[in-house]
Amino acid sequence: MSSTVGKDHDKEASRRDFLFITAGAASLVGAGMAVWPFINSMNPAKDTLALASTEVDLSPIEEGQRLTVMWRKKPVFIDHRTKDQIDQARNVELSTLKDPQSDSERVQRPEWLVMVGICTHLGCIPKGQRTGDQLGEYKGWFCPCHGSHYDTSGRIRKGPAPTNLPVPPYKFTNETTIQIG
Amino acid sequence: MAGGPRRQYNNPIIRWIEYRLPIVSTMEATLGRDMPTPRNLNYWWSMGMILTVALAIQILTGIFLAMHYVPTAEGAFDSVERIMRDVNNGWMIRYMHANGASLFFAAVYIHIMRGLYYGSYKAPRELLWILGVLLLFIMMATAFIGYVLPWGQMSFWGATVITNLFSAIPLIGETLTTWIWGGFAVDNPTLNRFFSLHYLLPFVIAGITVLHIWALHVHGPSNPLGISPKGKHDTLPYHPYYTTKYLTVFGITLIIFAFFVFYEPLYLNHPDSFKPADPLSTPSHIVPEWYFLPFYAILRAIPDKLGGVIMFIASVAILFLVPFLDTSKVRSARFRPIYKQFYWIFIADVLLLGWCGSQPAGGIALLLARLGTVYYFAHFLLVMPLVGWFEKPRAIPEGISKPVIPKERAGFTAETSPEAAE
Repeated sequence: MSSTVGKDHDKEASRRDFLFITAGAASLVGAGMAVWPFINSMNPAKDTLALASTEVDLSPIEEGQRLTVMWRKKPVFIDHRTKDQIDQARNVELSTLKDPQSDSERVQRPEWLVMVGICTHLGCIPKGQRTGDQLGEYKGWFCPCHGSHYDTSGRIRKGPAPTNLPVPPYKFTNETTIQIG
Repeated sequence: MAGGPRRQYNNPIIRWIEYRLPIVSTMEATLGRDMPTPRNLNYWWSMGMILTVALAIQILTGIFLAMHYVPTAEGAFDSVERIMRDVNNGWMIRYMHANGASLFFAAVYIHIMRGLYYGSYKAPRELLWILGVLLLFIMMATAFIGYVLPWGQMSFWGATVITNLFSAIPLIGETLTTWIWGGFAVDNPTLNRFFSLHYLLPFVIAGITVLHIWALHVHGPSNPLGISPKGKHDTLPYHPYYTTKYLTVFGITLIIFAFFVFYEPLYLNHPDSFKPADPLSTPSHIVPEWYFLPFYAILRAIPDKLGGVIMFIASVAILFLVPFLDTSKVRSARFRPIYKQFYWIFIADVLLLGWCGSQPAGGIALLLARLGTVYYFAHFLLVMPLVGWFEKPRAIPEGISKPVIPKERAGFTAETSPEAAE
């Protein structure tokens, strides 16, 4: 007798199977819905997201000077580039770059380079903002942690970093002021 | 845990408890007088006990530190200095906790080396080994997030570098790192959750340790000869024979530990840990704690971000596969003349990687790190399967008790077994 019962069971799905599967699926979805608020609680909170944008007055920055400002707790590099540095950044064959991007895509005005000063490898702050810092082989920035070299456009040229230093959203509010974020 | 007939106790209180919850007999059958243990265990088998002690030291000192520590970006560094200067005995508790982490890792690495040499991971102890590797992973995570809590320069930048590893994962990397940080950089929310997890994970370690000991109990510990006990003549009760033997190791360990805590508490520390965290200035040379150096060298040896991260994780995770990569049926390296040599080359390779990890990236250290990384993985993926295949093992003694009878020592020379000569 038991064999016939077994056969019936094997051949077609019973109502009980249907109930098992739907109940199982429903409880999985329920468990997922219960877990999500906890996972989501670890995402940036509203006050963290609300961190205001930063305004920077560019007028005191001389040509050839570099300034670091904070935006969303991240350092932002502002470089008042010289003619030489701009030329260096523009006279590069794009196909030789690891993360090809032309200099004009990275700046709104050629003399002002604005980018997030966090190495795209593992998040160190590259050297080059202070006088006397090592600038690396391409005279831009150099990350001492794992040896990434950036050029005068902040593009990765040598070392383990995968991408160029990112350009944050910013706009010129007047001739000498930018607003980041 | 253990089945079978229970011991009868004369003490009425223990009898009362035993009838309701057989906890005393279970403990005695697990690591007590009712645990038959191979009679030839040497001192390398004592690390399990040292590790239990290390976990206890870390949990106890940690609980007292948490009573004074302030887990905020503004308050963390100052509260640690307050523990050092103003809290009664705070300096001692903190130095015990900081050096206790090093003790923990020193013991766990000796424990793993023991397992690799004597083939402790082989059938039927694969799951015991896998649980151990899982414990190693959780230990590493706990140690890393604990190192972040004092919020000095090395804490902050160590946290930045390691959490940025996750950004290498394609597609979800950025979202995942933001989720881990709870913001757009390592900051107060990160410190807060790290403190919460640093308090939680030691208890997870304690829980998995129970499983680890349970799995150990099922087939008993392996032994230097790698042959299973054939009967009562091959075993001794764990207590008092091994408890007393290992108390010697315990005493020596405490002497070494006390030397570090009281005389060289900062020997393994880094000067940058005395500067408060500064998100605008990266130390010129970031080094992890000594126990992460070989793995850090592997991370830096790969010239690609994602590849480096994968190899970094694989360098520990490959230990999970060891029971299945070693094809030799012989457990102990004593009877494996070729594997034994490769074993010591492997140990030298790990030490070399450790040195490379402590050096600035570039030059000869980078070259050696690359060679060392290749050999590290080759040891597991090529040497372990192939040597087991080609090697002709030495004659294995018939039983654990046999080698102590001088007549039976043929094929069992003093140079391969220091203890047998004792």
